[in-house]
Amino acid sequence: MKNKKLWKYFFIIPVIIYVILLIALPLIYILIISFFQSDYYGGMISTFTLQNYIDIFDQVYINVFLKSIFVAGVTTLICILISYPFVLAISHKKPATQKILMTLVMVPFLTNSLIRMYGWLVLLRKSGVINQVLLGVGVIQEPLSLMYNMFGILIGMVYTLLPFMVLPLYSSVSTVDPQLLEAANDLGASKIKTFFKIILPQTLPGLFNGSLMVFTPALGYFFIVDILGGGKIMILGNLIKNQFLTARNWPFGAAISIVLVLITSLVIFAYRKLGGKMEDLGGA
Amino acid sequence: MSKIVLKIDHLRRSFGDKEVIKDFDLEVYEGEFLTLLGSSGCGKTTILRAIAGLDSVTEGHIYIDGKDVTSLDPKFREVNTIFQNYALFPLMTVEENIAFGLKMKKVDQQEIKKRVQEMLTLVHLEGYEKRKPRELSGGEQQRVSIARALINNPKVLLLDEPLSALDQKLRTKMQLELKGLQRKLGITFVYVTHSQDEALTMSDRIVLLKDGKIEQADTPIKIYEHPNSLYTAQFLGDSNLFQGVVTKVDVKYAWVKLEDAMFKVFSNQLQVDMPVDVIIRPENIKLSLKKKSDSVFEGKIVDSIYDGASTQLIIRTGQREIRAMLFGNDKEYVKGQEIFVTWDIEDVILFKRDTDEK
Repeated sequence: MKNKKLWKYFFIIPVIIYVILLIALPLIYILIISFFQSDYYGGMISTFTLQNYIDIFDQVYINVFLKSIFVAGVTTLICILISYPFVLAISHKKPATQKILMTLVMVPFLTNSLIRMYGWLVLLRKSGVINQVLLGVGVIQEPLSLMYNMFGILIGMVYTLLPFMVLPLYSSVSTVDPQLLEAANDLGASKIKTFFKIILPQTLPGLFNGSLMVFTPALGYFFIVDILGGGKIMILGNLIKNQFLTARNWPFGAAISIVLVLITSLVIFAYRKLGGKMEDLGGA
Repeated sequence: MSKIVLKIDHLRRSFGDKEVIKDFDLEVYEGEFLTLLGSSGCGKTTILRAIAGLDSVTEGHIYIDGKDVTSLDPKFREVNTIFQNYALFPLMTVEENIAFGLKMKKVDQQEIKKRVQEMLTLVHLEGYEKRKPRELSGGEQQRVSIARALINNPKVLLLDEPLSALDQKLRTKMQLELKGLQRKLGITFVYVTHSQDEALTMSDRIVLLKDGKIEQADTPIKIYEHPNSLYTAQFLGDSNLFQGVVTKVDVKYAWVKLEDAMFKVFSNQLQVDMPVDVIIRPENIKLSLKKKSDSVFEGKIVDSIYDGASTQLIIRTGQREIRAMLFGNDKEYVKGQEIFVTWDIEDVILFKRDTDEK
């Protein structure tokens, strides 16, 4: 008995070391230096100050927060609107077809996302493929501004994060008994009513899980904003990156990071309060 | 006879190259309890789903109350289905489940509440309003699904093997309850099952299906006592099969010869040398300890299976095993006994055998 228990711990040890070394310790470090003071030369003075947190309430930074939440929110919404019909459509297909289609969703992951962003440049820029085709066909006279603006950022975000919505939604939708949909139809419900009364409530955990997995990284994916936003738009990710790497104000960057972690935690907390189960989050 | 409430006209259904339903015709009368009986794969569920509109048809028409509904969406059809696994909505309470159909029809809230209460009383589930399906037993879930369907006042209630997930005792109880409900409400039931017991106990009429075609459609008594094919005779009830040849025919009787025995049957339309299949139901087998003039076989009791109300005896004679059913606890016969077997000539079920078979 005792031996068996020891063995169990033995296999958990790598995970524990991983979590402590790469997640817990850096987070504690960030928390600590967020109360330090920057010495304006890239170094830090180890005191205790709340100044970094107070600075965040500057209108400039509040706007960055709001814009980030807007970008992440719209990205999540678009991902939901694309994923639900897709997932519902493939859930009626044969199991083999479902597997192939889901694999196709995963294929982009095989390429580095930074490289894929440069791929979008080729498509979206003024002299890019899309504009060339539209000009050639005569649909437009002037090339469209498809990037270096909010539109470009949203395309990049949705494109990169879509699989994180599709996967949890798919696993959630595939647990809905098809007979329930037939029963609803039999009892007089239209397709739309069936969706809102039967499918949506049952797939809410998957929807929330997916939203969390899209919303959270969307707040911080600075490289998408850098490449497709052309440096004109700033979200939290860029702000933090700039504080650490450009302005070299580590304490302030740390403070913003902590606020970001708090926002995410708050969302999860709200989910639990609303009756969601944490197992459902990990379930996908 | 009363009004036809459901009519199926030359229905065909193919899945790929396979034709599952072949030219199926059926008329169901108002208030009738009709059972579609057949082994798995005979197409009975396909027919039910076609009536409900959950599956499309390849050819033919379906009329409900005189109206052609062949291409009508299920939500507009005045029929409701009881699904095999009940298909209750797991996140809704019993009350919300039952109210679903009326809510979809935008019936007034007050009216819905009243009707839900009526339904709960009808299926004996008062006080269960706020429970979730997962908190109910199989039988209770079944009742909720019945209430959920009946609240819509369907013209026809379709039941797809509704009792197959229940244990034996509960199944017998629900059989009676379903039959009682059907009588009380006068609603037409179309009931799909592979169980001959359910079909015989509940139905006004049984439609026995074989390979997507009707083998026989009749009342339980007729289909059991006067089956018109060997398949029907063997599907419904236990049977002893004797395959023989007609050797002699006179005005009234004919004689069937087996390898080791000979017996008399009524001669209608039989001719000498005709191969025949003879079915004798176990409950019609008559036993005696002494040889009588009409004894057909002499055998030995090799097994005796006591079943409470009846006892089944297995009698071996030559290579053959004969099953006999005795009612009550008849101690007269015991295992190992030598015994003589016969039956009344009226209990013989006889079919001419097509020579190309087997």
